[in-house]
Amino acid sequence: MLRNFLQVSIVHVMNGVEFRHVSFGHNRGTRILDDFTLSVAAGDVLTLVGASGAGKTTVLKLVNRLLLPDAGEILVAGRDTREWDPIRLRRSVGYVIQEVGLFPQLTVAGNIAVVPRLERWPEERTVARVQELLELIGLTPAEYAVRWPDELSGGQRQRVGVARALAIDPPILLMDEPFGALDPVTRRQLQLEFRRIQTALRKTVILVTHDMAEAMALGDRVGVMEAGRLIWCGPPQAILDCEDPFVRRLVEASTPLPPAEAGPA
Amino acid sequence: MMAVFRFWSTHLQELATLLGEHVFLVGISTAIAIGIGVPLGIFAARRQRLAAPFVAIANIVQTVPSLAMFGFLLPVPLIGGVGARAALAVLVLYGLLPIVRSTIVGITGIDNAIREAGIGMGMTPGQLLRHIELPLATPSIIAGVRVAAVVGVGSATIAAAIGAGGLGQYIYRGLSMVDSTVILAGAIPAALLALAVDGGLLWFERRLSPRGRRRSRRAVTVAATATVLIVLLASAALAARASRGIVVGSKNFTEQLILGEIVAQTIERETGLPVQRRLNLGGTLICDRALLGGDIDVYVEYTGTALTAIFHQPPANDSAAVMNTVRDFYARSGRTVLPGLGYDNTFAILVRGADARARRLRTIEDAARVAPEWRAGFGFEFLERPDGFRGLAQTYGLRFRSPPQVMDLNLSYRALAAGQVDLIAGDATAGLIEGLDLVQLDDNRRYFPPYEAVPVARAATLLRYPQVRRALERLAGHISAEQMRAMNHAADAGRENPADIARRFVERSF
Repeated sequence: MLRNFLQVSIVHVMNGVEFRHVSFGHNRGTRILDDFTLSVAAGDVLTLVGASGAGKTTVLKLVNRLLLPDAGEILVAGRDTREWDPIRLRRSVGYVIQEVGLFPQLTVAGNIAVVPRLERWPEERTVARVQELLELIGLTPAEYAVRWPDELSGGQRQRVGVARALAIDPPILLMDEPFGALDPVTRRQLQLEFRRIQTALRKTVILVTHDMAEAMALGDRVGVMEAGRLIWCGPPQAILDCEDPFVRRLVEASTPLPPAEAGPA
Repeated sequence: MMAVFRFWSTHLQELATLLGEHVFLVGISTAIAIGIGVPLGIFAARRQRLAAPFVAIANIVQTVPSLAMFGFLLPVPLIGGVGARAALAVLVLYGLLPIVRSTIVGITGIDNAIREAGIGMGMTPGQLLRHIELPLATPSIIAGVRVAAVVGVGSATIAAAIGAGGLGQYIYRGLSMVDSTVILAGAIPAALLALAVDGGLLWFERRLSPRGRRRSRRAVTVAATATVLIVLLASAALAARASRGIVVGSKNFTEQLILGEIVAQTIERETGLPVQRRLNLGGTLICDRALLGGDIDVYVEYTGTALTAIFHQPPANDSAAVMNTVRDFYARSGRTVLPGLGYDNTFAILVRGADARARRLRTIEDAARVAPEWRAGFGFEFLERPDGFRGLAQTYGLRFRSPPQVMDLNLSYRALAAGQVDLIAGDATAGLIEGLDLVQLDDNRRYFPPYEAVPVARAATLLRYPQVRRALERLAGHISAEQMRAMNHAADAGRENPADIARRFVERSF
């Protein structure tokens, strides 16, 4: 009991995220989130998987206070999001969305430098940070810094989105289907890079996906959501033993179909 | 076209002034419209429920014809009245719609993912607006500004009707002279100005589009600096106008322009006070409201017009009685009628000089004898008004070979000279009477009411500057109908500047 208590406390101090009995909103009579409880330890990757409309994106928006819960509480680094100054909270939480949302009027470097400039970093420090991040995401600074967003491929845009979220080195990172709109080859490449970067940076990450294979490949733990509830949460290997029919269907859906039987000649 | 070039070359100075006034009106009004419209658009874009009614109101404003808008605004305190201030108010109203609409469109058109990314990275609403929404909406806003400025160049020509100056003055002057050369002299530069403004802003808009955006920051700086400069210059100009001295007004036809100049120059010569000219105001009612509201201090009115058009009394033909009635009415509203200038600008029944001489016609009664062989041509107004044709026909027993033809008043002089008609009702002081060898028949049965030209001034002004009253009284009885006709002729046919004609008169008379 005491051990448990100590562990939880340490998680809080070290930039973990915790949902305690959170309910939020309504959608045609059913709650979008219903008594949702979840904790992510500092430096861990939690992947949230579920069908569209299960409430995954809502979970992310509650973390950086784009939304406030109707009931329950969300603790970010041990503090209730309602007590956080929303601006400070969002600067401490990197946010990567599926559509990326790069600012079209700014270059790649300009996009990455937005938050450092809002934080009034000295210009040399900003420039150095942009260089460092471009190298981290594998885009040659000399070539890509001055490009416009519409001159990038989908995969490159997604990488810039990640670099932008990491700009002032926030301890927590929220990623909403970051690789969802990419072709399979690029997607696999970015997943590998995500692992590489995460090994180096050890951020607390909540990554939302609808692809069970991706969730299992990237998460230290996987959470499965259905209709606003967390129905399963645990390490990726354990999910194969889960008996829940919904979880089973999700797992099966991520394995390739067997080849079609040849019809009678 | 050659005539237009000749006109410009002899009026270069004036053309430059009018063009300057035009640019001033459009520049300032557009700058103010941006200053009001962009924040309004941002506000409406934030509150979707407000956006629709905002645009609807702006749309309704836009459909009010500009002349009507000037009329509506006349009695409004602070922004109403006549002159540049009222014109600016109207132009700003017209400019608002496209700017508000394009701001709303520009901001609501931004991809939600971009806005969410901005909020998600911890931008305050102000930072989101400055760093994301405004830069992305700017090309759309500039497109709206472009529409506003081009509409402004067009509407500003109508501003001449309330004495705000600009190229519209040539257009109005040309219309009142039925001289297409003068109309073109104003219309062509206005059209070119519209094209130039449109082209310049289009270039600017392109600069801000994705391909040109590298230079966008500089372009915005340049534009902002230019706008600030224009506003500063304008406020300086307005401030200069505020210390105004005596303001002389006039209606928008040749005779009135000359009279306005004569009154202005007389006051200048006799009193040494600074005089400001608000000539070419678009009609009797505008002049009257301007005088009532203190926008002008004095203008020349005609007793018969004041009686019927301003004070809505039935027409009367006793000159002294009319003068007394009018003086009474004016006095009740704080205005003073000064002694008449000496002529009566009544209707004149005109025939060709050749006919008059051959058939020994001197009076309308004489003409009534030969009228059954004749055709008559009258302006629409003369056929309709209570002191017009119907009563004339009764008084003199006039009958013509066919019912009178309806024609434009200004054209009827030429129709008479060309023999298309044989008798017309014109203005007693029309310059064309001299130019076309026409003869005015005597109204021997005193049918027409008197239209004596009298300066009307604000009583408060005369109290404060008694020397102005003395100066205006010096004009009493100084202008005969023949003199007025000759001066009108010099302006209409000789295209002389009303100010020069007035100067010659004032120098000769005093």
